[in-house]
Amino acid sequence: MKIVVAGTAKEVKDGITIAELIKSEDVEMPDYVSVSVNEEFAERATFETAALKEGDVVEFLYFMGGGC
Amino acid sequence: MTIHLKREDYDKMISHAFAQIPEEACGLIGGRIEGGEKYIENVYLLTNIDHSREHFSLNPKEQLSAVRDMRKNGWEPLGNWHSHPESPSRPSQEDIRLAFDSSASYLILSLENQTAPVLNSFHVEKGEVEKENLVLE
Repeated sequence: MKIVVAGTAKEVKDGITIAELIKSEDVEMPDYVSVSVNEEFAERATFETAALKEGDVVEFLYFMGGGC
Repeated sequence: MTIHLKREDYDKMISHAFAQIPEEACGLIGGRIEGGEKYIENVYLLTNIDHSREHFSLNPKEQLSAVRDMRKNGWEPLGNWHSHPESPSRPSQEDIRLAFDSSASYLILSLENQTAPVLNSFHVEKGEVEKENLVLE
């Protein structure tokens, strides 16, 4: 099936989970990444089970912070 | 890495950072990568949800909204920026520890000398910091 990952259309296996996508995309420091699906944040607890659907739009958003 | 910033976007960043004093100001940068160089097409002004003079965290909802705007315009996230109201333009230990995205440019605007702000861009990867070539145009 086709989905859009970080602005790029990709072919992925049917029913791929968010966790599988994170792994296949080789996302750096995944513990510090939030994932949005169709502009809604996905709950981290669902990453292993939430299956993506055809046409879903996924973004990986790093926690961004710091201090002086 | 060379990173290009338009003067109007620099001015926008400066104005916002001064308006947030004494707190740190922060945001995202979005644009294009061409020929191995980054071209910032927009500086996004986000809320520092820490409301602190020593720390910042981007508002996740605003972060998502900014990324959505970048995609709509055919741009991509290039990194983030934040101000140091009272310290130099260099990554602190906390900045380095929390730099999780090695593809990002980390811009730091120092207002330590308010009559002469200093903006630098850094690449941070595995705890190592490298200054980037920031070009104002």
